[in-house]
Amino acid sequence: MKYAGLLVMPAGFLLTLAALVLFPDPTRRLAFVVCGLAVEAMGLVVAVRGHMPARGASRP
Amino acid sequence: MNTASTNPAAAMSEAVFALTLALLLLAPLAIAGIALINAGLGRSRSAAQALLGNLALGAIAVIVFALVGASFAGTLGTSEATIHAAGKTWGVLGLGPFLMHGLGSAAPQAQLALLFEFMAVAMAAMIPWGSGADRWRLSAGCASAAVLAGVVFPLAAHWIWGGGWLAQMGANFGLGAGFLDAGGAATVHVLGGLAALALIWIAGPRRGKFPREGLSTAMPGHNAVYVLFGCLFALVGWLAWNTAGAVIWLHAPLAALPGTAINTLLSAAAALLATFAVTRFRFGKPDASLCANGWLAGLVTSTACAALATPAEAIFAGAVAGFFTPLLVEVLELAISVDDPSGAIAVHGASGLWGLVAAGFFAPQAGQLTAQLVGIAALLGIVLPLVYLLFAVLNRVVAFRVDPDGERIGMDLHELGGGAYPEFVIHRDESYR
Repeated sequence: MKYAGLLVMPAGFLLTLAALVLFPDPTRRLAFVVCGLAVEAMGLVVAVRGHMPARGASRP
Repeated sequence: MNTASTNPAAAMSEAVFALTLALLLLAPLAIAGIALINAGLGRSRSAAQALLGNLALGAIAVIVFALVGASFAGTLGTSEATIHAAGKTWGVLGLGPFLMHGLGSAAPQAQLALLFEFMAVAMAAMIPWGSGADRWRLSAGCASAAVLAGVVFPLAAHWIWGGGWLAQMGANFGLGAGFLDAGGAATVHVLGGLAALALIWIAGPRRGKFPREGLSTAMPGHNAVYVLFGCLFALVGWLAWNTAGAVIWLHAPLAALPGTAINTLLSAAAALLATFAVTRFRFGKPDASLCANGWLAGLVTSTACAALATPAEAIFAGAVAGFFTPLLVEVLELAISVDDPSGAIAVHGASGLWGLVAAGFFAPQAGQLTAQLVGIAALLGIVLPLVYLLFAVLNRVVAFRVDPDGERIGMDLHELGGGAYPEFVIHRDESYR
């Protein structure tokens, strides 16, 4: 799961790049960039959850 | 992919050159402050290794950057690797001369830019070191610094400072002045904070930090005086750092520099007071180490926006950073079990990101906020996975984590053969029973 989260994050970045190219309108472009960041945030959450150590583990 | 010419540097008067050089010679005080803070927030039995590590990581970083990184950052170069897509040219990597060939004949501003990058790469490499305190081996830390200085930092530096695709967003897509990062909030602090996160994920928490039941074990720093004195050192360095960055990267006039310095101070002060109030409210008494983190968070925030904000905006940006930093430190430790002794993820990573967003709000150009958000997306979407991948591979070659015995006796005795405080008795750690 931790690797899946880290793979989702570049996908969110590609969305922001797509926003630059596809939307000349500043408002739509900003909205799409924010959507890309939201996807990155979801990937980060998945990665964080995947990396949480088991309680009591002396080391991962 | 092919190569294209880039525009190196604008002309600079001798007076501005001399002032900027003098400021850059003061900038290492910021690095000294970070080193003291890193050492003070670790344990006494790892203090010598922590400070030596700061020196060693900085040394490795500047040498690797001189050998290869400066070439890829493209500061001295006139060409870059580009991609042509969607009718635009995207500069992805500098192709400057190796070993800084031609440094003496380069434009004065390009030379100052290179000196700034040397300071920046040293600090970026040192930021994760504090997060790996008490468990990260010195050799692994040096190898990580080499990777950061040779690959990751030059990539980000070229995109942002070297005329790469983030810097060109203004010309290519009408987004303000392109991605703005006058003091290195992205290339130094966010990069360092994300590297700290990757390191912690790979190396894991300190032994006994998260017991099977109950809350996480408190492992306070061993010397609050180092930490707080480091904050004062850092202030001097940061004042120099931000004003020099404004001249080099934003071409700010001399008349704008006092304002940049005042904003830096105001941001740090507002952040400290906000953290002071939050910890006073949360715990009944202000917390010294968290207040130090708050002060540093204000400085990091100012790195991005001090040259662009008004004094009121700088106070607001610093106060927001200072308010959220102790809360984020608590969430990272208690909610998601991230063992970050120096708080680098919150202080450098999160505050750097907030500063970059704030700069987008404060800058007068239309579309600047979008440019800043695209830059943040690049940092989170490319830099974090890249650093994680590189560190994971490196961990297979040079194990990051010290063996359990080394962690038990302390990094000083295990790695250096002697402690920072030889007359002190090393206490037995109850959490290892």
